[in-house]
Amino acid sequence: MNFGNLDLHTTWFILIGVLFTGYAMLDGFDLGVGALHLFTKEDQERRTMLNAIGPVWDGNEVWLVTGGGALFAAFPNVYAAVFSGFYLAFVLLLVALIFRAVAIEFRSKQPMRWWRQMWDVGFAGGSILSSLLIGVAMGNIAWGIPIDARGEYAGTFLGLLRPYPLLLGVTTVALFMMHGAIYALMKTDGALHDKLRGWINNCIIFFIICYAVTTMATLLYVPHMAARMRANPWLFSIALLNMLAIANIPREIHHGRDWRAFVSSCVAMVALMGLFGLEMYPNLILSNPDPANSLTIHNAASSEKTLGIMLTIALTGVPLVLAYTVSIYWIFRGKVKLDRMSY
Amino acid sequence: MDVLTLSRIQFAATISFHYIYPPLSIGLGVMLVIFEALWLQTKNPLYHQLARFWTRVFALTFAIGVATGIVMEFEFGTNWATYSRYVGDVFGSALAAEGIFAFFLESGFLAILLFGWDKVGRKLHFFATCMVCLGAHFSAIWIVVANSWMQTPAGFHIVGEGLKARAEITNFWEMVFNPSSMDRLFHTLCGAWQAGAFLVVSVSAWYLLKKRHLEFARASLRVGLVVGMIASLLQLVSGHESAQGVARNQPAKLAAFEGLYETTTNAPLTLFGWVDEKNERVTGLAMPGLLSWLAYGDAKQRVTGLREFKPEDRPPVAWSFLFFHGMVAIGFGMILVSALGFLDFWRGSLFDKRWMLWLLVLTVLGPQLANQAGWFAAEVGRQPWIVQGLMRTPDGLSAVVKANTVLASLILFTLIYFLLFAVFVYLLNDKIQHGPDDADLTPSGKLALPERRQS
Repeated sequence: MNFGNLDLHTTWFILIGVLFTGYAMLDGFDLGVGALHLFTKEDQERRTMLNAIGPVWDGNEVWLVTGGGALFAAFPNVYAAVFSGFYLAFVLLLVALIFRAVAIEFRSKQPMRWWRQMWDVGFAGGSILSSLLIGVAMGNIAWGIPIDARGEYAGTFLGLLRPYPLLLGVTTVALFMMHGAIYALMKTDGALHDKLRGWINNCIIFFIICYAVTTMATLLYVPHMAARMRANPWLFSIALLNMLAIANIPREIHHGRDWRAFVSSCVAMVALMGLFGLEMYPNLILSNPDPANSLTIHNAASSEKTLGIMLTIALTGVPLVLAYTVSIYWIFRGKVKLDRMSY
Repeated sequence: MDVLTLSRIQFAATISFHYIYPPLSIGLGVMLVIFEALWLQTKNPLYHQLARFWTRVFALTFAIGVATGIVMEFEFGTNWATYSRYVGDVFGSALAAEGIFAFFLESGFLAILLFGWDKVGRKLHFFATCMVCLGAHFSAIWIVVANSWMQTPAGFHIVGEGLKARAEITNFWEMVFNPSSMDRLFHTLCGAWQAGAFLVVSVSAWYLLKKRHLEFARASLRVGLVVGMIASLLQLVSGHESAQGVARNQPAKLAAFEGLYETTTNAPLTLFGWVDEKNERVTGLAMPGLLSWLAYGDAKQRVTGLREFKPEDRPPVAWSFLFFHGMVAIGFGMILVSALGFLDFWRGSLFDKRWMLWLLVLTVLGPQLANQAGWFAAEVGRQPWIVQGLMRTPDGLSAVVKANTVLASLILFTLIYFLLFAVFVYLLNDKIQHGPDDADLTPSGKLALPERRQS
């Protein structure tokens, strides 16, 4: 396909943002359900939680796989620098993702108490650790990481665990927990539903505190982000949308409109990711302390030709993916009922 | 050990373990489509029971396949960052296409395949099963295309110099249909079909030996044997075509596969033997002229030997030879066993021949070992290149990753994968011991509705 004089670099910056936002919105809720998993005590409740995400978690994780593949294809220099630079962090992320994936599949296959508890811990631990590490990675990207003249990461593993990225990690766990709790609310009924309704306020409060601290820390300690906001006052409208969406969540929950609360939570994520992207653009990786070495949508990209081919692939594939993903969510709508096929 | 050795061991270990599962997903996917089609066609609930039982086994293999697959995507960047920069423009696009066209399709419809039995009608469920199977095949297409590009690069040019040099696509379709991709795809898929079919054969034969679930086991064995035999015979064709491709495109690799040092006409094929790399000699039983004939269809043709290549451009000969010959031997063994088994089945004498049934139980290992050996032959035989003729393996490493870091991750992955494998075998055995569910003989939910009322 010929895309004329379309700015393919910016298009792919947006598309990768869309893929990772899709990942946050979708896998976010099943990671959140995982983070809440150990709070439920009875076996029946835990199975209900697992089966709430049962048919969809796998497809949700594909957003990460495809996002990673798209990053590899569109901006190979970023993929190479981040994945080799964050080596140990990403290995830990893989371990966490492996454990939660197989825990979902294995847990209910045997009746023994120790067996189920072992995989329950694997599922919850894996979910919390993945959320935390994803947040830490985002925090490092926002803060900027040392990049040398070759475009390689010049820091250490411990260098990734500074306060600001860790704060963003905790905020991500809180965000996913809230998101997951709302999703679980939509998928359950009876005693578990009432229990979740009690927890959800704590989740919201936990998230709002984290969110407020992160926002302040960003404005105070991440000067390039604050400067971008001051230079482009219209960005405040997105921040405002984000705040309104977050504020709307407890309101909808209070009125028992769980579906709308979920949509609000999704809107908040889109606004957060949008704001993040707009503040980074055109950088993909900001080099801190030496901004001259930053990896941008221009110096880190594949050739125009490849970006064009990839856009053709995306325009063919994504509508199909969206169509059947929506259909599958529709088929599995409604409250979870445990049966022979359940986990 | 240095970073290079550790990174290579880690990649080999993680990909070998991962590759136990995708062939099962692909092969069992085909089996599920067949079982469900038979059910729709004959309305015999036995086939419904078959589909349900093998779906549960499929779910188990699929979960581990997904979990260990993400590791592979990450490892290109974590351990082979320089390689990733060099090939991202070409290789990355195949990987991204795999995500969009294959993984979404597979995992999306998997939901209906596993959990949708009672929620959707028969036809929609069958459609979902077909889509999962198709998605599994698509995933094979794109990753084999990407790997084949590393074997026989095409449709690209090199831009930039020194550290900034990289491959960029000039023609997407030439890249996709590079000289080896279609032969190797066919070969890989045949191996996957064998893996799925012989798992079915093996479990069914075991039930027959133990005199359990007889009716179920007979039906299951029949379909498994037919698919397994067809796949094994096709494998002969695809293997031959792949080898001819190697002769044309990667002569050093072919010479290593056969331990051929001297360029010669009437080149011999060593049937059994071993390579003494130091003295550049092969000991074993050889058929004169057969290699020339197989590679070029003419016994008089000249086959290039390893001495034409500088020592630093040669693959490790003894290993390439061993893996390649191991694969070929198992491949012929599979044809023989499945043909004998099928003959006995056809005559009706199979169920009394206990040794034959035991042999069929063991067939599950054949495709697994041959798939591993084949990939080892393909990858070891490409050495010292990571991308044939363009980039050497040591030059693809991540610049910033240290040896002890890789050692740590290697130990971690090894421990976890041993645990996963133990749990997998335990649960698989449990499912097999438990056997098919009698309740599955009466389809429930929407599946139970008469055909007319289906939407």
